[in-house]
Amino acid sequence: MKIAVPVDEKDLETNVCGSFGRAPYFLIYETETKKSTFIENSALASPGGAGIKAAQLIVDSQAGVLLTPRCGENAAGVLESAGIKIYRTRFASVKENLDSLSNGKLSLLEDIHAGFHGHGGE
Amino acid sequence: MPDFMGMGESNVRIAVLSGKGGTGKTLVSANLAAAAPDAIYLDCDVEEPNGHLFFKPEHVQEEEVTIKIPVVDNTVCNGCRKCVDFCRFNALAYIKDRLIVFDEICHSCGGCVMLCPEKALTEQDKVIGKVQKGISGDVTVHTGMLNTGEASGVPIIKSLLDGIKDSPDSTVFVDCPPGSACIVMESIRDADYCVLVAEPTLFGVHNLSMVYDLVKLFNKPFGVVLNKCLEGENPAEEFCVERGIKILAKIPFHHDLGLLTSNAEIAVRKDEKYKEMFSSLLNMVMGEVQCEATSHS
Repeated sequence: MKIAVPVDEKDLETNVCGSFGRAPYFLIYETETKKSTFIENSALASPGGAGIKAAQLIVDSQAGVLLTPRCGENAAGVLESAGIKIYRTRFASVKENLDSLSNGKLSLLEDIHAGFHGHGGE
Repeated sequence: MPDFMGMGESNVRIAVLSGKGGTGKTLVSANLAAAAPDAIYLDCDVEEPNGHLFFKPEHVQEEEVTIKIPVVDNTVCNGCRKCVDFCRFNALAYIKDRLIVFDEICHSCGGCVMLCPEKALTEQDKVIGKVQKGISGDVTVHTGMLNTGEASGVPIIKSLLDGIKDSPDSTVFVDCPPGSACIVMESIRDADYCVLVAEPTLFGVHNLSMVYDLVKLFNKPFGVVLNKCLEGENPAEEFCVERGIKILAKIPFHHDLGLLTSNAEIAVRKDEKYKEMFSSLLNMVMGEVQCEATSHS
C-alpha cells in the first residue's frame, strides 16, 4: 500500500507540512518495498482550489492512505470518493508518523475544516 | 446648486467604501443619495444589504441572478482530463472514472465546456441571489442580495451595474461591501470618485489604509469622510494630513444622529441640520468630480 504525506522538503528527514493543499511536496511511502518517492505539488501556487488539485494528485499517485495534520472539506470530498483514508499526524517527523500508523496509533482525521476559500487568492 | 449634469454620456458614479463594516458607508451613501436631486442608490454590500431598511423603497421589482455552472454527463466523459487541467481554479477533479464539479469554486468562465472534445459538459443556470429595484422619494434604490452560502457576490454586482445603464442623468451612489477584495474592486470599477469613510481609531487607520491602497491602485480620485468624530486626537485624520489626503467632511459622533440611524431613518430627510451637512458634502464631492473631469479632458 502507498501512504502519502505532505512534506516541507524533498528529503527523507523532512518534516510534515502544516498545510495539505499548499504543501511543496508529497512523500509517497510504499509499505511493501519500504521505498519513498517525492512528487511535486503542482497545486502549490494555484489561485484557488489548491486542496482539490492536491487531492487529485494523491488519488493519481494511487495512495490508499493520507497522513496530514489537517484537510479542507473539498479535498476531503475528493479523497473520500476515491476511498483514501485520512489519518491525523501526531509528530513533526514523517518517520515517527509512519511508525505510529503501522502500530495502529494514529487516528482518523475527524475535524475536516471548511477551507480557506477566498482568503488570499480570490 | 452647481450644475452636476452634462458631464458626458454616462452618469456620475460616486463609490463609498471602507476597510471594515460599521464605519458609516451606508450612512454616508444613503444620505448623499437623499440629498441629491435625482439619485440612484446602489447597495453593493450584497452579503448584508441594509440600505433598503432606511429607504423603504416602494414598487419593488425583483430579478434573480444566475451564474453558469458546468454539468457533466459521466456516461459521455472519456476521462481525458482536458477540463481538469484547464481549470485555473481547480473546480474539477477526475476520481475513479468520474468527473466531479465543485460548484462553489467555479468562476463560470465556460472554458471546460468549450474544451471538452466529447461534449460531456453542458452549462446550467444556478441562482445565486437577486437584485431589487424600488423608489424612495427622488431616489431609485437598487439592492443586490447574495444567497447565504454562495461564495462570490461579484455576479450580483455586475447585474446591479448593468441595471443602471438606462438612467444616464441620475447621479449614482454606490454603497460598497466592506474591505478591499474582488467584490469591492468590482463595485468601484466604473466609479468617477471614491469616498472613503474612516473611524477615529488606530484600528480605523488600518482599515482606511487598506482602501487607500486600493483606490490608489485603481487610480481613482478620492477623498475621506471622518465619521464618529469626538474631541481629542483622531488617528485617521493624522493619517490623511500626513499623506495630503483630502478630508471631505467630519461627521460628529452625536447621539441624535445615532438615534436617527438606529431607528432606520435617513438623517437628511428628518433633520435640517443633517440635510445641510450632507448637501454640503455632496457639493464638495461633485466639485471634486468636476475638477477631475476638467483636468482629464
